[in-house]
Amino acid sequence: MRNEGRSLWVSLRAAGLPAPRLKTAQRDIDLGDLAGASCLAGALENLRGRSVLIAVQDQLTAALALIELDGIARRMILCTPDLPVEHYPGLIATAGADACVRDAGTPAAATTGIPIVIEAAPALAKAAVACAGGIATEWILLTSGTTGAPKLVLHTLESLTSALVGTSPPPRPLIWSTFYDIRRYGGLQIFLRALHAGSLVLSAAKEPMVEFLGRVAAAGVTHISGTPSHWRQALMSGAAGQISPYYVRLSGEIADQAVLDGLRASFPQAIVAHAFASTEAGVAFEVRDGQAGFPESLVGAPGGRVDMRVPEDTLWIRSPGAAQRYLGEGMEAIRQPDGFVDTGDRVELRAGRYYFAGRRGGVINVGGQKVHPEEVEAVINTHPWVRMSLVKARRNAITGAIVTADIVLADEVPGQGSRPSAPALTQELTRRCRAALAPFKVPAMIRIVPFLEVSAAGKLVRPGA
Amino acid sequence: MSVRSTITSQFQQVAVEQERTLSALSDELKLVQSGLDSLSFAIIVARLEDSLGIDPFNASDAVEFPVTFGDFVKLYENFAK
Repeated sequence: MRNEGRSLWVSLRAAGLPAPRLKTAQRDIDLGDLAGASCLAGALENLRGRSVLIAVQDQLTAALALIELDGIARRMILCTPDLPVEHYPGLIATAGADACVRDAGTPAAATTGIPIVIEAAPALAKAAVACAGGIATEWILLTSGTTGAPKLVLHTLESLTSALVGTSPPPRPLIWSTFYDIRRYGGLQIFLRALHAGSLVLSAAKEPMVEFLGRVAAAGVTHISGTPSHWRQALMSGAAGQISPYYVRLSGEIADQAVLDGLRASFPQAIVAHAFASTEAGVAFEVRDGQAGFPESLVGAPGGRVDMRVPEDTLWIRSPGAAQRYLGEGMEAIRQPDGFVDTGDRVELRAGRYYFAGRRGGVINVGGQKVHPEEVEAVINTHPWVRMSLVKARRNAITGAIVTADIVLADEVPGQGSRPSAPALTQELTRRCRAALAPFKVPAMIRIVPFLEVSAAGKLVRPGA
Repeated sequence: MSVRSTITSQFQQVAVEQERTLSALSDELKLVQSGLDSLSFAIIVARLEDSLGIDPFNASDAVEFPVTFGDFVKLYENFAK
């Protein structure tokens, strides 16, 4: 989308191409129809200048609302569909939301107290819609924070589409698809690319892999994107052979050699590209040589759209795609004064190539979803027999990493009698974690250790910290 | 315990832990129809690395991703040789 300060809708119309289509298992929407129709029950004008929480469950409705509201709303807050209901009040306050768009699947309690509530549907109804923009809408994306509450990341359409600036539309329309939800950064990138030139086949929450790949095949998808974990699942589904894309993209996690080789073998005709991007730093680069990691020459190369450097074995990026800032008081800056963003991703240089080596500060990436060790430790540490715990990543070929925990037990606890057996304790801890945390955050293994290393400053020594 | 029986018992144990209904394990069973999700497979692969001492997915040679339970067992059996 070469937006040049224009809204999504205005750029879409200005492109002069056949209008993109959005496809789900149930619907196939021609975005050209948005000219005289709306998914917002004719209430678009009520949302002009407002900070709008997009709290719909349905992904297609969210996509339509984003197109309609860009240029109209002051701010759009893109709630992920799995956001626990207890996080909504904080989110609404921090983002200053004074309106919301919801649907039948939105939890009733999620949007209490918001003055303007619009019920939206994944279909277009005739409406007198001006769709004249005029406002540089702020796009607020959610990313995980250490306490479990999401962090709010402020982007603009310009920063979100910076990787597309100067690219010309392809000679024929592309048909995109993504395993991601478009309300996450990786999925949103594909949504915006599809609007730039082509159509988009949307995934559905909990849709079996084989059915999704069947729809992708039937739609003749040419370009498709997902995390390495999505791709491993696709390869293990036995249905990957149904699809024949020209372009296969991996992002959101470390792409290892096994998954790259697996994709090369399954799609010999396709470009297999792994991209590095984060919600905060934006899209940095894409590697197409089929090898894990990225060439050393990308770092410090002058004159590019994106600058990269590697101080203290951590990747820093300066890009027009970076987010502006976090919303909320007391949040750290995203960009340094010189414009660089510290990605927190550690890299190792071996024979002219950088390889990703996990996250600094111990953040664990399980299949593209971030886990902050502190959040899991806080649950484990509520157990009376646990003195301290260290939650860390264990490398894994299926989901990139899994969560494990080392715990130190107390010798005695007043009033608790004698210490339960190790298996009884680890089972009890697993139950506690399962009751309080999303399944991917629950430690897959819990090990009882005699001690944990503590630094001179009194902090737990974390691997790679 | 043989590689196959170790794998079978891990499938069963992880299914119980993850509260998933495991289909009857036969060589022809497609992994996507086993009732397990990718997190369950991730845990199985990690536990098998501990009990068998191998992780064929992390090998330097190209791996063919298993589609059926039989493929999965064969991958480990071949690697353990």
